[in-house]
Amino acid sequence: MRLKLLCRCASTLCFAALLILVFHPPAAHAQGGEPQFFAIRGAKVFPVSGPPIEGATVVISRGVITAIGKDAAIPPEAWVIDGKGLHVYPGLVDAFSDVGIPAAPPASGEGGGPRRGAPEQARGPQDRPASTPWRSGAEEVSLSDKRVETWRSGGFTTVICAPKGGFFPGQAAVLSLAGERAGDLVVKTPVAIPLSFQASGGFGGGFPDSLLGILSYIHQVWLDTDWSVKAQAMYEKNPRGVARPRYDRTEAALAEALEDHALVLVPANNRVQLRRALELIERWQVSGGIYGGQMGYEVAPEIAAKKVPVLVDLKWPEGEKDADPEAKPSLRTLRFRDRAPSTPEAFAKAGVKFAFYSGGISAPKDILKAAKKSIDAGLASDAALRAFTLSPAEIFGVADRLGSIENGKIANLVVTDGDLFEEKTKIKMVFVDGRRFEVHEPEKPKDPPKGDITGKWKLSYNTPEGAEESTADLTMDKDGTITGSLTSHRGTANIISGYLSGDKFSFTINIVLDQGATDVTFTGTFDGTSLKGSIAVMGMSLDFTGVKPGNASADTTVQGGAQ
Amino acid sequence: MRIAEMLEARSTRSTFLYLLCLPCLFCFANSATAATPPDAPSVILIQNATVMTVSHGTIEHGSILIRDGRIAEVGQSIKAPGGAQVIDASGQFVIPGIIDCHSHIAAESINEGSVSVSSMVTMEEVLNPDDMDIYRDLAGGVTSANILHGSANSIGGQTLVIKLRWGQPASKLPFEGALPGIKFALGENPKRSNFSIPGQPRRYPATRMGVEVTIRGAFSEARDYKKAWDEYNKRVAAGEKNLIAPRRDLKLEPLVEVLEGKRYVHSHCYREDEILMLLRVAKEFGFKVRTFQHVLEGYKVADELAAAGVGASTFSDWWAYKVEAYDAIPYNAALMTRRGVIVSINSDSAAEATHLNQEAAKSMKYGGLSHDEALKLVTLNPAIQLGIDKRVGTIDVGKDADLAIYNHDPLSAYAVVQKALIDGRVYFDREKDIANRAEIEKEKKALTEKLKKAEKKPEEKKSPEKKPEENSKPPATTPTATATAASEGGAR
Repeated sequence: MRLKLLCRCASTLCFAALLILVFHPPAAHAQGGEPQFFAIRGAKVFPVSGPPIEGATVVISRGVITAIGKDAAIPPEAWVIDGKGLHVYPGLVDAFSDVGIPAAPPASGEGGGPRRGAPEQARGPQDRPASTPWRSGAEEVSLSDKRVETWRSGGFTTVICAPKGGFFPGQAAVLSLAGERAGDLVVKTPVAIPLSFQASGGFGGGFPDSLLGILSYIHQVWLDTDWSVKAQAMYEKNPRGVARPRYDRTEAALAEALEDHALVLVPANNRVQLRRALELIERWQVSGGIYGGQMGYEVAPEIAAKKVPVLVDLKWPEGEKDADPEAKPSLRTLRFRDRAPSTPEAFAKAGVKFAFYSGGISAPKDILKAAKKSIDAGLASDAALRAFTLSPAEIFGVADRLGSIENGKIANLVVTDGDLFEEKTKIKMVFVDGRRFEVHEPEKPKDPPKGDITGKWKLSYNTPEGAEESTADLTMDKDGTITGSLTSHRGTANIISGYLSGDKFSFTINIVLDQGATDVTFTGTFDGTSLKGSIAVMGMSLDFTGVKPGNASADTTVQGGAQ
Repeated sequence: MRIAEMLEARSTRSTFLYLLCLPCLFCFANSATAATPPDAPSVILIQNATVMTVSHGTIEHGSILIRDGRIAEVGQSIKAPGGAQVIDASGQFVIPGIIDCHSHIAAESINEGSVSVSSMVTMEEVLNPDDMDIYRDLAGGVTSANILHGSANSIGGQTLVIKLRWGQPASKLPFEGALPGIKFALGENPKRSNFSIPGQPRRYPATRMGVEVTIRGAFSEARDYKKAWDEYNKRVAAGEKNLIAPRRDLKLEPLVEVLEGKRYVHSHCYREDEILMLLRVAKEFGFKVRTFQHVLEGYKVADELAAAGVGASTFSDWWAYKVEAYDAIPYNAALMTRRGVIVSINSDSAAEATHLNQEAAKSMKYGGLSHDEALKLVTLNPAIQLGIDKRVGTIDVGKDADLAIYNHDPLSAYAVVQKALIDGRVYFDREKDIANRAEIEKEKKALTEKLKKAEKKPEEKKSPEKKPEENSKPPATTPTATATAASEGGAR
């Protein structure tokens, strides 16, 4: 048996090698110099589909995992990575997000169709208020979203991405966080139809303007969709003498997505909402899921009984930073804040299928930190890992191709120097679709910072295209670590690393220029009131200066940083 | 203008603000935070009480035997069966649990104010069993309440009767078997001519005439809709194939139910003219109005109300808070009662609901109702109006053991509820409530400390710019995601 397997492996390898020799003699250069064969040797591998394997080798060939185990043969063309002391996990999945869709939504009414562009006040469900179920994460994904890199560097190789806004914002797709073109990112679409119960227009913005109206609206849309499918089929069979059912873009998009077995995702966070969500899913007779789920510790067995999967929002509830000190939260609120992180363990115990998502968290590091809170609250760390990998893959119907380290699955891997959930652990590299991305550890400040660089800085510099300005929104930790973002006419990019050491500062952003993603590093000195230094970008060096435009905006920065 | 009503009419956003200012109003605010439904011993004996049955007089030193949630025996000397839990109510007064015919508690959302016919929305879907007002009203002796949609619409949302089973999930609140209702509204609130919001187009209708046309229009539509379905069903029954069914319309379905007598109409109103208008429209379309709510000018048309068999649910002594309430008089309830109208007194406000007993008592002073007649205004009469009088409203054998126990005559200003029972379970117990307060404060303090510790670290790290005196401020207290206002907060 084993011999046979070996033979098969060997012959596959031979065949692969032959292919390379025949068709791509300098294989390494054929694709812009990007290697396609890797072997991580002697690492501790967490397949998730099975128990961890010490000293194992994982082989990646052309985007997929082709071998895993202690004795996995390493193909001769593979780039061998010494995995000693390293942990290899399946790429992490952010189970509900809009990472991949750049901040500005496409102009509404785009793409024609019978819908009017400018939103008038809806007078009832027939006007289909705030509904764009034809939008799709797969259509709107763009590599220009900087978060693709940020998330990837944080170990996330996959997101379940859906547009935002409205009651039917659009369809969710499974996206891989790397590729040459937007289309490369799409793994499967549609996988879900998320709903939102947030009235966007506010009072006076037309129907519906309350939770009451929103629920009734969604009921009516499902009924209409169901009617439309039946009526269209009837009409197709026998169009003569019958009034033609009218075409409705909302109904058509939803009907199609439901036919593709998309999961209807219902928002629910507290116990009242969670129970209501279970009833809604039952009433609508759809395959449903819940997102939010943070008070699940109160109702886990009820959710388990209905076999409804839950995407758990990792942005745990906490006290507002600038709250009125006179306002005393109720015991229920306090208990919620205390117990929310115990929800995943309650789900695990009750047998609820659950996955994690970033919610409002903006830094991937904090996503893992939030998951650690659940581990501290009793969740086994392998269960936490599963909620980031195989469980979301199962929930969204892609467990056949990703979510675990198994032969034949997409080579999405995270390689770390220790336990994924330990704060001091570093992510060394990430593989997405078999492409290797190194993660650069931000330099640690050597000396304690002199002064506080926190604030909103106006940076001025000359580019080959002329004078430019941008705004750096910086927040500094006690140890000098700088986080924040930089906004210019090109857009906003988050700082991927930065520090202030003595009076020397350095921070780096990653932006997409014509040539692709590029690091831009700002270094220089901080004299307490101004910045002076140089920008390193693509081998060029530009001088820049920075000043704080005034106290008012500096205050805004402080608030922004604290959120 | 009455605050509660004004807000109700305006918007759900205002309702949220209204809810925000409530917690300071009542002392039981924090006493039952994480309610779990109480145990229900299968046999309970309440003894040595003054039992005000409402249906058959008052029994001094009386007892009530409760078996499996129902009243099994009422009398002067009932022996406690083996295993019975005995409640000694010496010197105390037992009345049927108070029924509030007009309430807006226990709901996450009150008004869909965008359209003048919002019959597609239903309060049942937004029930919030964790609303503290349930507990507060229980503490005022209320055991059942009619949960209504707001009054911004000519035809508002679907209503339902609940029992105040504090601690039970939403699915356990509805009063089993009670006919569902729908809220109508007449006059200033639906015409909204006093509620214009700058920058926003005024919603039709803007006059009382427009309100009438809106209601007529909706029922014409409902009639056509019913006809289309009847016709379709007939053709299907006749064996016709390949028929495309009419579209289901959630707005019209409840109106068809009204036409078929399967749903009660509870109509908010003030003036005599609009009251008579709705009676005419109802007659024309062949449906019945079950109750007029507020109905402050009801005394002017009491005979017409009595003749139409319509109930009236009014206030005790509020008037002049808005233009259409100028002609209100505190004798309204008594005058209508004397003319043969079934009258109840409602709260329309969570705070008001905590002393409906006193509101009822006012009709003894204004209009000279008897003690029993006054008591009926908040017990048997609302039960009749809501069609639940076979189950609740009096202390009679076979009825649900929904009871309120007071330390004084409930129609006295000194009366304070000691216990409130629903289905034979003690859902409110004043003694226990008081005993629990210290415990709750202790837990709150411990949790606050714990959370402060857990949340302090990242806060310090993130905002080193904070000066020391700022750091010494009490910890952040308003939660970003609270139990009641988490992800749907924006929808309120």
